[in-house]
Amino acid sequence: MLRLTLRNLFARKVRLLMSGLSVILGVAFLSGVLVFSNGLSSTFDGIINGSTPDGVVRAVDTEEFEGGVSGQSDLTLSPAVVAALEDLPEVERADGDVLGFGMSLLASDGTLVGGTGAPTLAFNYHDAPNMAGGQALVLTSGSWPSGTDEIVLDDGAVEAGGYEVGDEVRLLAPFGQLDRTARLVGTAEFNGGGTAGATLLVFSTEAAQEIFLGGQEVFNRISLTAADGVTQRQLVAAASAVAPEGFEAVTGDQVAAESQDAVGSFLGVINTFLLVFAIIAVIVGGFIIVNTFSILVAQRTRELALLRALGAGRGQVTRSVLLEAFVLAVVATTAGIGLGLLLARSLAALFRSVGLDIAGDALDLTGGTVLTSYLVGIGVTMAAAYLPARRGAKVAPVAAMRDDATPERGSLRRRSLVGAVVLAIGAGFAVAGVAGAPGSDAAWIGVGAVLWILTIAAISSVVGRPVLVACRFVFARLFGTTGQLAAENALRDPRRTGATASALMIGLALVSTIGVLAASLNESVDDVVDEQFTADLLVQSSTFIPFSTEIGDAIEQVDGVGVVSRQQWAAARVDGGTGDDSVLVTGNDDAFDAIYDLDVVEGTQAVSGAEAVVSTDVAREMELAVGDPIELGFQGGRSLEMTVVGVVEGSEVTGEVSIPLEELARAGIRRQDTTISILVEPGANPATVRDAVDEAAASVPIVGVFDKQGFAEEIRGQVNQLLYIIYGLLALAIVIAVIGIVNTLGLSVIERTREIGLLRAVGMSRAKLRRMVTLESVAIAVLGAVLGMALGLVIGVLLQQALSEDLTSLGLPLGQLATFLAIAVVVGVLAAVVPAVRAARLNVLAAIATE
Amino acid sequence: MRALDGVSIDLAVGQFTAIMGPSGSGKSTLMHCLAALDTPSSGQVLIGDTDLSRLRDKALTALRRDEIGFVFQAFNLVPTLTARENILLPLSLAGRRPDQAWFDTVVDTIGLRDRLGHRPSEMSGGQQQRVACARALVSKPSIVFADEPTGNLDSTSGAEVLGFLRRSVDQFDQTIVMVTHDAVAASYCDRVVFLADGRVVDELVAPDRETILEHMTALQAVAAGPA
Repeated sequence: MLRLTLRNLFARKVRLLMSGLSVILGVAFLSGVLVFSNGLSSTFDGIINGSTPDGVVRAVDTEEFEGGVSGQSDLTLSPAVVAALEDLPEVERADGDVLGFGMSLLASDGTLVGGTGAPTLAFNYHDAPNMAGGQALVLTSGSWPSGTDEIVLDDGAVEAGGYEVGDEVRLLAPFGQLDRTARLVGTAEFNGGGTAGATLLVFSTEAAQEIFLGGQEVFNRISLTAADGVTQRQLVAAASAVAPEGFEAVTGDQVAAESQDAVGSFLGVINTFLLVFAIIAVIVGGFIIVNTFSILVAQRTRELALLRALGAGRGQVTRSVLLEAFVLAVVATTAGIGLGLLLARSLAALFRSVGLDIAGDALDLTGGTVLTSYLVGIGVTMAAAYLPARRGAKVAPVAAMRDDATPERGSLRRRSLVGAVVLAIGAGFAVAGVAGAPGSDAAWIGVGAVLWILTIAAISSVVGRPVLVACRFVFARLFGTTGQLAAENALRDPRRTGATASALMIGLALVSTIGVLAASLNESVDDVVDEQFTADLLVQSSTFIPFSTEIGDAIEQVDGVGVVSRQQWAAARVDGGTGDDSVLVTGNDDAFDAIYDLDVVEGTQAVSGAEAVVSTDVAREMELAVGDPIELGFQGGRSLEMTVVGVVEGSEVTGEVSIPLEELARAGIRRQDTTISILVEPGANPATVRDAVDEAAASVPIVGVFDKQGFAEEIRGQVNQLLYIIYGLLALAIVIAVIGIVNTLGLSVIERTREIGLLRAVGMSRAKLRRMVTLESVAIAVLGAVLGMALGLVIGVLLQQALSEDLTSLGLPLGQLATFLAIAVVVGVLAAVVPAVRAARLNVLAAIATE
Repeated sequence: MRALDGVSIDLAVGQFTAIMGPSGSGKSTLMHCLAALDTPSSGQVLIGDTDLSRLRDKALTALRRDEIGFVFQAFNLVPTLTARENILLPLSLAGRRPDQAWFDTVVDTIGLRDRLGHRPSEMSGGQQQRVACARALVSKPSIVFADEPTGNLDSTSGAEVLGFLRRSVDQFDQTIVMVTHDAVAASYCDRVVFLADGRVVDELVAPDRETILEHMTALQAVAAGPA
């Protein structure tokens, strides 16, 4: 039996190769994602561990408010503190750090280097060792900076900026004198290897203090190195006694863990995101395996019956088919893992070309990756082959003597009945979601959607019939007998057509769902911008990084500019809240009320002095009403005691808590602008004013000037970028589905060899025969597309309803859907190329003579 | 080894010819060459004045569609089409409109008017073969080739099919060539050509069953002799 199985495998290499390809691609995607995400996290781990000292003294609550987006604290540490720490017996050495936010590097041509993706890190150089005792930074060329006008960059930044060691490097500072230059004296990278895409600006301590701390000889963090035999805990315990108020000492382990958490949650999102698509690809591949084995078993009915007649038991037949599946799975998974490694490496190369360097040696197969890939690859293939194998075993021995032997199949009626019930259950979930059942509405709909997709895939042979009948009508009209024959062929074995189309259906259902959500998001953005953004012009950075107030000063001088309102955003903690959930606090100047009209629920939107306006969400969560006191906690343990004077509906133009702009300074946040809103003077030419504002902001390339339309477009651009990434990832599922169509058609052509011979004998030309196969393929693809898009539309609309708080309007991407249908037709044509040529090449005589 | 060697045969218009011979005598190869399904390595096949060996695939396809009718031993019909659609298939592939009167005549002759809407799977083997015969005739081909048309049928159904072929020669002056090794089938023909080892070895005109059987037995004895 084993020998027979293996012989069967070899006899059908081409067919198995095709179905194997679907496994290969699915597994390759999966293992590629695993390898890539392992490499990514080990790169970050290396950098984090390599750049963290034994302990640090830092402002209280630094972890929560890190990142620079929410402003920089003016809390500092004097050299006396450094000296006091150094005097401790547990401390080997203490080094003052100056960490700067908001500085940008300009390329030699004046454009921004980095900027949108990975952060730009500016800090002072000192040679304090990291936790492992090595250097935190490694010089790759030149020397370390000294004096006030020298700088060291990472190699990536040097290359991106078009600089060479010895050049004057152009910089943009966040405070004081904005335009600066420094002489490039060397290049460096993190000890862990590379920079993971971050731009490094390394100054001498003196220069960093001048730029970031107003020239005072102070620090904003201190790195501690433990004396011999002193643990991190002992070090921190000793340092805590010396740390001034508003500062805390923490172990290097904790700092590293916090960084890893922050990076990890970000990487986790990416990994989950990619894994979801890998799983979709594997599931689609599973469908193709089911279909291929069903066809193979059907074609071998007589042979299986003969085996049964010769005394093989049912179990033996099942095992024989399953063994075939197993061998296929092992071969395909092995190939898939290899391909996945290549995929991960090319992905890393792609990331490297945009500046995110991932350590090459980290991109290797781990035992876990290999094991997972084999488990998934073999598991899915075996599970998918099980049903056809069982069906094959049910062949009665007598079928060997029959002419038209096909394996017994369960009735379609029973299947559609069960399907209808499951569809109704899915609808129940969806209704529960829309009606607002407890828990996440979207999750209810998600469960319903998964049930629907799987059920439609299972009963596509029934629900797809009307689509195929419509195809028959259209094809017969357009292509006459050839078209009719093609559609009849698609209708001939509805299960096979349905199962083949299902693979495509899943991909298109997801694509259409995402399409509806993205279109709705864009519509909603337009609505929000239209309704809330009442300013004529808006000045801000695309990543919401605060910038120097000089820009606002310059804009106020522009002719034709009427009202200018400045806002600074910061993160803070509302009293009573837990450490993790900080809220966005906006400092608004007086002009804010002249431009923006918030939806006031209670009290007023105007604030002055120690007054705050809160959003309805915060008011509900914190049980706040007008007149209540509210305490806002900022970095460094500083806090503001305010009184609530108003409750407003949440808005995009201000934070969850709005306070007067001056109050932020009291909280120790250095004064910068995050957003500048402008009203053009009545009578002034908006285009001229805009040009002038553009010029005023031009000195800071991270900042953009947007009008209403431009602002909406900016956001829409970000939505669409994500949309295209998702489409790109789903393309793989569609490629696998195409392989499924090629496979089915190829097997069908083989199965219908005699019929094709007959058609050729009675006068069908090769061209018409090719067209017939192509049209059948198009019918399958259109069926998959129509079912998928219909399902995707329904799911998308339901999700929009469930998420209507954020997705206020429904957008239907009709143009995109039409494109998808067109793509499906193209997919059908492409999938048919090889089978059609093979069919046309069949020798008429041999085709008729085939037994 | 040559399947056919120096065969020269003329087929007269309006005649029902049988080609007979033991297995391996080359009768199927001969018919495939005659019917433009296969091309001989040397020699000519002429239908009227057209030399088949000089035609390209496209022209051969058109020739098969317009000038030649086929009836095979089995698998004559496209399973997804009804009997009517199968009969009209060559015409619809050519994009020609059927001659309704002729279609009716043919359908009435095969006696399956009430089954025209049925698919092959809903018909008996004999009915299927009669539909195949109708398809072969409906395009008014110059010649119809039948390859063991009764090979898979019981004697009653076989007689119906042969009777129909005979009638189409007598009534419509159709030219038919049939390959068979069944003496009864051959006895419906005007002429029987015997093949052995790729050569024409004998010929009978207006034969009856016994004469044919005698000739066959003699041939088989010759064939078995030298081996």
